[in-house]
Amino acid sequence: MSQMLHVSSNPHVRDKMTTGTIMKMVAAALLPASVFGIYNFGFRALLIIAVSIVSSVFFEWLYDRLMHKKNTVTDFSAVVTGLLLALNMPVSIPLWMPVLGSAFAIIVVKQLFGGLGQNFMNPALAGRCFLMISFAGRMTDFAVSDKFRGVVDAVTGATPLAALKENGFTEGSVPVLNLFLGNTQGTIGETSALAILLGAAILLAFKIIDLKIPLTYIGTFGIFITCYMLFSGMGFDINYLLTHLFGGGLMLGAWFMATDYVTTPITPRGQLVYGCCLGIMTAIFRLFGGSAEGVSYAIIFGNLLVPVIERVTRTPAFGKGGKKA
Amino acid sequence: MGLLTFKGGIHPYDGKELSKDSPVERYLPKGNLVFPLSQHIGAPAVPVVEKGEHVLAGQKIADAGGFVSAPIHSSVSGTVKGVEMHLTATGSMVNSIVIENDGLYEEAEFTAARLEDLSKQDILARIKEAGVVGMGGAGFPTHVKLAPKEPDKIDYVLVNGAECEPYLTSDYKRMLNEPEKIIDGLRIMLTLFDNAKGYICIEDNKPDCIAKMQELVKEIPRIEVKAMMTKYPQGGERLLIYAATGREINSSMLPADVGCVVDNVDTVCAISNAVLLGRPVMNKIITVTGEGARSPKNISVPTGTDMAEVIEAAGGMKDTAVKVIAGGPMMGFAMYDLHVPCIKTTSACLCLEKDEVSDAEQTACINCGRCVSVCPGQVIPARLATFAEHGDMESFQKFDGMECCECGCCSYVCPAKRPLTQSIKSMRKMVLASRKKK
Repeated sequence: MSQMLHVSSNPHVRDKMTTGTIMKMVAAALLPASVFGIYNFGFRALLIIAVSIVSSVFFEWLYDRLMHKKNTVTDFSAVVTGLLLALNMPVSIPLWMPVLGSAFAIIVVKQLFGGLGQNFMNPALAGRCFLMISFAGRMTDFAVSDKFRGVVDAVTGATPLAALKENGFTEGSVPVLNLFLGNTQGTIGETSALAILLGAAILLAFKIIDLKIPLTYIGTFGIFITCYMLFSGMGFDINYLLTHLFGGGLMLGAWFMATDYVTTPITPRGQLVYGCCLGIMTAIFRLFGGSAEGVSYAIIFGNLLVPVIERVTRTPAFGKGGKKA
Repeated sequence: MGLLTFKGGIHPYDGKELSKDSPVERYLPKGNLVFPLSQHIGAPAVPVVEKGEHVLAGQKIADAGGFVSAPIHSSVSGTVKGVEMHLTATGSMVNSIVIENDGLYEEAEFTAARLEDLSKQDILARIKEAGVVGMGGAGFPTHVKLAPKEPDKIDYVLVNGAECEPYLTSDYKRMLNEPEKIIDGLRIMLTLFDNAKGYICIEDNKPDCIAKMQELVKEIPRIEVKAMMTKYPQGGERLLIYAATGREINSSMLPADVGCVVDNVDTVCAISNAVLLGRPVMNKIITVTGEGARSPKNISVPTGTDMAEVIEAAGGMKDTAVKVIAGGPMMGFAMYDLHVPCIKTTSACLCLEKDEVSDAEQTACINCGRCVSVCPGQVIPARLATFAEHGDMESFQKFDGMECCECGCCSYVCPAKRPLTQSIKSMRKMVLASRKKK
C-alpha cells in the first residue's frame, strides 16, 4: 500500500465541546458568586476558596497517582468540586475544614466509586453534609471577625432563613432586596441571588444547562411554600415567599448543584420529575425539619432517587406509536 | 407555515460551499472497472457473462439472484477479465466482475417507451431490469419497494432531496441540473400508486432547488414541494416520513406500513431513465470534496470506476489528507485503501486533513444527556453503549437499542468523545445475528 490512511467507525467528525471545556465554563459561571462572596465577607473568603480548590485538585492528583490511574486533574472537575465546596461554607470556619471536606468529597464520594461520572452523590454537597454532621457548630457559625470583614451588615448569628423560621417575616428581618443582592449572612457563595443568576445565565447561554431542573425545582418549592402559607393560616405574604426563594442555598443549589450532570437523571422527563422532588423535599426540610436549611440534604436525597426516577420515567423510542411490535 | 422537521438532530459544519458551485464534470475512466455483485441489500447478483466475453456499455453482466436483489450492468465496453474477490468501500471483500475497458464506450441498444403505453407491471419490470436500487446509500432494490402488498394504501410518495449529510452536494447538483427527470420519475411512481400524493422534500439550505422545483410542479396535479428544516439527519427515512406526514415508523416496520414510499432523488432520476429511456444504472455523480481535496467538485463517473482514479480525475488529494471517506462524514465509511470501485450507492469521496476521531481523547461519561437530546430515535445512547460494552444483550433490547438508526449524532455531540454509535452499532449487529440463528 502506497499510503496509510486512518480508519474509524462513523461518524468521522466530532463537536468541539469537551468535558474539560464544560467544567471550565461551570467554574467561570461560579465566578460572579465567588467574587461577590469575597467582596461581601472579605479576604478570608478568598483564602477558603483557594485552600478548598487546591486541596481538591491535590487529592484528585494524589489518588490517581497512588492508584496508578491516568491523571484526571486536567478535566477540571476537581476545581469545580473544590470551588462549590468553598462556596457552601461559612467564612468563619478554620482552614483545615475545607481540606478535610475536599478529601472526603474527592476520595470517598468520587474516586472510590470509580471517579468522574461514577459518583452517585454530588461530591461537593456530600463533603458539605459530612462536615455539617461532624462539626455542626462550626459549619453554622456565621460570625464574621472584624479583621477580615467585608461589607456584610450583621455581625454574628442567624442567617435570614434561621431568623425567618424563628420569628416569621417581621420588621427586623433582612429586607428582600438585600437578600437578592446578597448583602447578608450565609455561606460564602449563597448570599447573592443576583450573582448566582448571572452565572446561571452564562451556563444557559452556552447550553451547559437548561431550564428543566432549576425551574421545576424553584417552581415546585415556591408553590409548596405558598400552599403552606395559605393552609397554615399565615396568609399570603410575598416577603415570606421571596425570603425563602432568595435566602439560604436555594439559588446556588438549584442552578449549580441540582444541575450536576452526573447525579441527575439523563432523560428530559426524569429531569422534570427530579426537579419537582427536590422542590418538595427542600420545602419539607425547611418548614418542618430541625434546621432552617434544606437544600443540601434535599439534593443529596434526590441524588439517591435518580435510578428510580430514570426507571419509572423512561419513554418509548421514536416510532413505537406505530403499530407493529 | 413552520418548517417541517423532527425531534433531536444536530447542526454540524456543513462544508457544502466547497463543492456546490463548480459544474459537474464528466470523466471516462481508463483502467479496469470492477463491478461487485452485491451493490444492494439482498441476495448477490449472479454473473451472466463469462471470462473473455466482449460486453457493451449498458449490457447486463449479472442477473438478480433472488426476489430481493437487482441485476448489474457494465458501464463500459470491453472484455470480461474474470470474477474475483475485490475490496469494497465498506472494507469487505466482495465477489466482483472485472472488465477491461476498451475505451470505446460502445453502448448496447436501449428501448425507449412512452409512459402512457406501459402497464404497472411493465413499469416495475423495466425498473427491475435496469438494476435500480436505493442510491441514497441503503441500496434496497427499487422494484421491490415499489411493489408493496397493497399499492392502493400508499398515500405519499416522498422524494428525498434533503441531502442532510455535511459536505455532499451530488443530490443538490442533480436537482439543479436535471429537475425535469426527477419530476418524470415521480410521475412514474405516482402512476403505480393511484391514491398517492408526491412530495419532493428538500432542506431549506437549498433555496435555489426549492424555487426551481416549485416552479416546475406548479401545474402538475398531485405533486408538491416541501421545504424541510436544515438539520442532520433530516434525510433519514423515518425522520423524513415523520417531518412530511407526521407518521412514525419503527425498526420493525416498513414505510409502506404507514402508507409511504421514500426514494432518494438520484433513485427517482434512475427510475425515469429506466422506464422512459430503457437505460440501466451506469453512472453516478460523486462529490469529491473535503479540506484534503485539491479542487472539490462533483464528477460524473461510470459505476465500477476505481475510487483512486476518481480522486485523481477530480484534481487529486493533498499530501496532508489523512482520512478518506466513502460517503459523508456522519455515516460514510473510512477507507484504508483507495482502490475500491464506485458502486450504485456511492455518493461522495470525502478527503479530510484532520482525523477528529483519533485526535479526540476519550474520557469518562459524565451523564450530561447531550446524546439523549440529539437522538432522533429518542433512546438513551449513553446507557445503550454501556450495555453494549458489557455485552448485555437483554437490557440493550429492553432499552430499545434496536431502534437506533446509526446516524451518529450521539458520538458527534459527546463531550467525553465516547464512540457511542460504534458500540451500539456492533451490539445491534450481534442482536440481529442472534435473531437469525433462532
